[in-house]
Amino acid sequence: MEPILFIVFGAIAVGGAIMVVTRRHPMSSALFLILTLFAVAALFVLRQAHFLAAIQVIVYAGAVVVLFIFVIMLINVPENKLPLERLTGFRFLGIMVAGLFILEAALVARRFATPGTPTADSGSVEAVGRALFTDYLLAFEVTSVLLLAAVIGAIALAKKRI
Amino acid sequence: MANLVSSIQFADPYFSVLLLLIIAVGMSVGFVFLSQALGPRKYDRIKYSVYECGVDPFTSASVRVSVKFYLVALLFLLFDLETAFLYPWAVLFRDLGLFGFIEMTIFVGILLVGLVYAWKKGALDWQ
Repeated sequence: MEPILFIVFGAIAVGGAIMVVTRRHPMSSALFLILTLFAVAALFVLRQAHFLAAIQVIVYAGAVVVLFIFVIMLINVPENKLPLERLTGFRFLGIMVAGLFILEAALVARRFATPGTPTADSGSVEAVGRALFTDYLLAFEVTSVLLLAAVIGAIALAKKRI
Repeated sequence: MANLVSSIQFADPYFSVLLLLIIAVGMSVGFVFLSQALGPRKYDRIKYSVYECGVDPFTSASVRVSVKFYLVALLFLLFDLETAFLYPWAVLFRDLGLFGFIEMTIFVGILLVGLVYAWKKGALDWQ
């Protein structure tokens, strides 16, 4: 059952990602991005990373894509002014480099990655919390500073007068 | 019926999520195809017009959205993330004890500065 689900959700993720970069209207791209992020969340579940899967859906598929959509609506390029993209030389080069990169990544993964079978609770909320409050405590605290900087940055950018 | 449902032992709790996903996708795709297949095709000018709950649309729907929405969305995202970090702490609250409480107080305290700043600068007001 698990290999089938992995192939199905992996195919949805890759297919969605291809749609993201090939759609003409940025809004379609953003909606396909949600599909991709959902599929990746399902892949996390298959690797027993339950907490990460939930966060993926809540934060990425929910909030981050909403931000993207607001930016698209903010810039609001009319349909007839969207640039018409063709298969130019640069684009062909890009596809070739992307293929090369996938090949390299696959080789590296085959060489070094040792995919251990995760235990049932290795990605639970409890396990993540234990790691967060022991090994990654400093990173956790620094995250709050990063979020604070983002709050101030957003207000500085978006408010007319501070 | 209840007996049948209770007799099924799902090995994985995510089996029900998968089932829900299949039914949801199947229903939505199925209804689109059904309305294509069964629906009568009688098109005229009124049917092609933009439908907006019975009121004729007076302006184009694609207007530039104010940056204020973006600010609200970004503030939501940041405090959403803060809440996400609260979950693992809440689960481990008894284990971590005072240490975890102090750590979380620092975390929330730093973000509280951001909230106070947003409040003072009027980023939460709609103007």
